Amino acid sequence: MLYIKCPYCGLRAQKEFSYGGDATVKRPNINEEVSSEDWDNFVYMRKSPRGKHIELWQHIAGCRQWIKVQRDTATHEIFQTAKVTEEIR
Amino acid sequence: MSQPFRLNKEGLINRNKKISFTFNGKKLFGYEGDTIASALIANGIHLVGRSFKYHRPRGFFGAGVEEPNAKLQVEFNGHSEPNVNATEMELVEGLSATSQNCWPSVNFDVGAINNFLKMFFPAGFYYKTFMWPKSFWYKIYEPFIRKAAGLGVASIEKDKERYEHKFEYCDLLVTGSGPSGLASAYAAAKNGAKVILAEDKPRFGGTLLTDDVSIDNLSGKDWAEKIITELKSMPNVTVKNRSQVFGYYDHNMLVMFERVSDHLEKKSKFTPRQRLWYIRAKETILSTGSIERPIVFGNNDTPGIFLSAAAKEYMKVYGVLVGKKPLIFTNNDSAYETALEFKKNNVEPIILDTREEHSSELIDEAKSKGIDIRFSHGVIVANGYKKVKSAKIGKLNKDKNSFEKIETVDCDCICVSGFWTPSVHLASQSGNKLKYEEKIDAFIPDKKKQHETSVGAANGSFTLEESLKHGFENGSNLSAKITETKTEISIPNVNEKKYGAHDKFWCMPLPKNENPKRFVDFQNDVSVSDIEIALREGYRSIEHVKRYTTLGMATDQGRTSNLNGLQLVSNIENKIVPEVGHTTFRPPFTPITIGTIVGREVGMEYMPTRKTPMHEWHEKNNAVFVDAGAWKRPRYYKQGNETLFEASKREAKNVRENVGICDVTTLGKIDIKGPDAAEFLNRVYTNAWMKLPVGKARYGLMLREDGIVMDDGTTTRISENHYHMTTTTAQAANVLSHLEYYLQIVWPELNVNVVSTTEQWAGAAIAGPKSRDMLSKLYPDLDVSNDALPFMGYKEADFFGVPSRIFRISFSGELAYEINVKSDHGMFMWEKMMEVGKEFGNQPYGTEALSTLRIEMGHVAGPELDGRTIPSDVSLNGLVSKKKDFIGKNSLGREAFNVESRQKIVGLIPIDRKSSIPEGSHIVQDQNAKLPNPKLGHVSSSCWSVENNNPFSLAIMKDGKNMIGKKFFAVSPLKNKSIEVEVISSHYVDPEGKRVRS
Ligand SMILES: [Zn+2]
Repeated sequence: MLYIKCPYCGLRAQKEFSYGGDATVKRPNINEEVSSEDWDNFVYMRKSPRGKHIELWQHIAGCRQWIKVQRDTATHEIFQTAKVTEEIR
Repeated sequence: MSQPFRLNKEGLINRNKKISFTFNGKKLFGYEGDTIASALIANGIHLVGRSFKYHRPRGFFGAGVEEPNAKLQVEFNGHSEPNVNATEMELVEGLSATSQNCWPSVNFDVGAINNFLKMFFPAGFYYKTFMWPKSFWYKIYEPFIRKAAGLGVASIEKDKERYEHKFEYCDLLVTGSGPSGLASAYAAAKNGAKVILAEDKPRFGGTLLTDDVSIDNLSGKDWAEKIITELKSMPNVTVKNRSQVFGYYDHNMLVMFERVSDHLEKKSKFTPRQRLWYIRAKETILSTGSIERPIVFGNNDTPGIFLSAAAKEYMKVYGVLVGKKPLIFTNNDSAYETALEFKKNNVEPIILDTREEHSSELIDEAKSKGIDIRFSHGVIVANGYKKVKSAKIGKLNKDKNSFEKIETVDCDCICVSGFWTPSVHLASQSGNKLKYEEKIDAFIPDKKKQHETSVGAANGSFTLEESLKHGFENGSNLSAKITETKTEISIPNVNEKKYGAHDKFWCMPLPKNENPKRFVDFQNDVSVSDIEIALREGYRSIEHVKRYTTLGMATDQGRTSNLNGLQLVSNIENKIVPEVGHTTFRPPFTPITIGTIVGREVGMEYMPTRKTPMHEWHEKNNAVFVDAGAWKRPRYYKQGNETLFEASKREAKNVRENVGICDVTTLGKIDIKGPDAAEFLNRVYTNAWMKLPVGKARYGLMLREDGIVMDDGTTTRISENHYHMTTTTAQAANVLSHLEYYLQIVWPELNVNVVSTTEQWAGAAIAGPKSRDMLSKLYPDLDVSNDALPFMGYKEADFFGVPSRIFRISFSGELAYEINVKSDHGMFMWEKMMEVGKEFGNQPYGTEALSTLRIEMGHVAGPELDGRTIPSDVSLNGLVSKKKDFIGKNSLGREAFNVESRQKIVGLIPIDRKSSIPEGSHIVQDQNAKLPNPKLGHVSSSCWSVENNNPFSLAIMKDGKNMIGKKFFAVSPLKNKSIEVEVISSHYVDPEGKRVRS
């Protein structure tokens, strides 16, 4: 079971979180024209890297905040966590 | 009742307390502190089971977790458990143990014929023989294998025991209380760290209990006791015996299995049997010690053959002799300690040492005590079927591949030592890649992936001095990093015997023309020749050899067989062991009970139960409940001998004719507040929300970004910046997360807050043509006329003195209202409604009637919104705005979503107007068509239309409305039904929706 540091609550067990996918995907702006290709990329196309991955988790049984987690998909090592408004590099 | 193999004084058992037990029906006794194994050996019993494949007689081999053979079916405390390790299970009054895997008895086993047919049971036998023909598998092969090769029998009784889970956090977890573990825990505790020390056995101390050493002038045992006593007195230390850390998982989480009360004769009602600990440790010390490995020789599985350290442990801990005429067969010095212990107890051993004559502290001591030592000697083959009687021994030539002399000596046990294998299982599980240490012919931990440090024998250091030094140093350094305190501890003076070098000898050669079975893996019956066959047949990877021969795959995880297996493979392949590599170690290290994994999550505690405030009323009024997620909802209220069908028909009919009330508390409710709330709803829902006036509700449809319908429900504008959203019961949690996602991540600029209020409100729907009359009685001071409270209207009013919200919304298609009051007032509201509603013929209705009402109205719900349908599939395209953008809008233009023939919602009625159509039926043109019969759609929801008094179904069907008027077959192979149906509109009752507005 992973041990995830919520930027609001501190270190908590994975049980309290739910996974939310790739955090680097950006939704096309609302009320703006978008090409089908860009839209399809947003809805469907995801990389499945082996190694570092920045992803969203929601602290569902805690503060209910969505957070960013940079995790190694092979080893589960977590390098960094951040609020969604913050950058991970 | 004397015990022929019990020593008079030696041992740590309590001789004042006798414990009676039975073995295969025979009444025996042992002492408190015995294991089943030590008590049986004390009684001279060695034959305890039959081997897995060849049904060969098997006895005890080890004295603890390493035991491959002695797995018994054990009954105690009123339950029966299979595959219990006799060397670990403590004796408890009234326990009854029986042998497994033998029929009709352990002494006469029919399956032993396999042993004489062994040419038919080579490696891969099961794969080769039972592959063909395929149809034979279930009927013939599988039952046969099960019967012949079964281990114990699992109980089919309900487990009445109590199991618990516990979550714990610590600075340092120490796994194993041998010298290095004690030292680590002690040093860390002195630094103020929060320490958990776990010991698998009942007694703390590990090898300190059996080795002839002294620390600071105390015996090993006394020193261990002193340290444990001090640790127990410290508030920052938890000391646990009978506790096996069996799994090392991600982010330094370890899982421990505690045998809380299996050893107790009587225990309190709430004492759990076993407890599972989830421990998150900042640092872990792996002081798991090492396990002696055997030397391979002929018939090395005969009862009476032991690991030499196990023989010593039986003497020192249990006061039991494994034999009175021992042969000690060794390639190293440690077995000399066993020989000396025998000698001390007036038993004359013979030592067979594979090394050439030389000198060391222990050898010299054995010589001085007059022990018969034969260098360059080893056991070729053990004689005796159910017990060792003698052994053919041989003097090895210089190359150790043939014999200078062969003779037979009498013996009643053979104690074998092929040197020591560090227990690296936990380190390996943690992701440590292990390295091969030439010096000890075994793997030790290498680079770490997690916060673990192996010390002592687990790290390949086999001297006490080194183990203590490692322990103190690592315990101190690791904890000092956490507590930022360092207490100086002086390392104690140690007195131990120095060992000479061991011999890299692991398998006895065979004289020409002799071919006895030589086992590498006892539990899975894998012999030297099995592995040779696997390699001859082309298996190269050690992982493949393992699976083909089942080497190391039994419940003992190959603790005594792994390295000898690797040696054999590398010898045949002309490789060195590190090139062959090792197989993966996986948790659990030892078998654990299913009850422990499940813990308290059984019966009522399997998952939380959500009950509405009116639950008790429903119970008292004969409600039959149905699970809706964690919620309990009344399915119907049974009157007399009514069936589900009769009751739901009565309830639904009453709504259509009079009025009914339904508990709708379980609907998801979300409070939405903020100046941008309208804009937010406008983006979340497919329809327009900017112009909804205060005091009005609106039906809304929500999509996922891929255009699929996510949920539907009504949202009401309570005040300027305040909305009350409802969701379906099932989607409540998902919708909240969905809204939070967009507010926190996608549109943080919107000033809106959302919070779940599902638990805060109790809800009741009042539906039926007489609902307005009833409402006016419930609110005598309120104008509830169609003008004052029109369809989709909203009012706040006093309900007999408590605040309430009135929504004029309808799920049933009838004139209907929903009343919400604070949860605490739910029961009050419900009882008032029942009282006031009497004169209007009000009856409560459950989810079954609710479904009937919505189905015949053509209202879609979960079965239609199944994660595959878009708005136009379910006739909701009227709710999709063309003017504004919203979540999922761009996806609706996709080509596949706009094909005319796409499957869409329709209604179905049976041609005979009688046969109900099973949900899940497939719709086909011709019921007798050749397979595969093209499927045109499926039946999503079925009911008995109370309005038209015949069955009616909703279906999702190809070409949708274009099919209206045509006939098809709804076939359900599961129910063996085929019903001819006609396609009609999905709106079977009141298609114009006049009633809700009336
Ligand atoms: Zn949090």
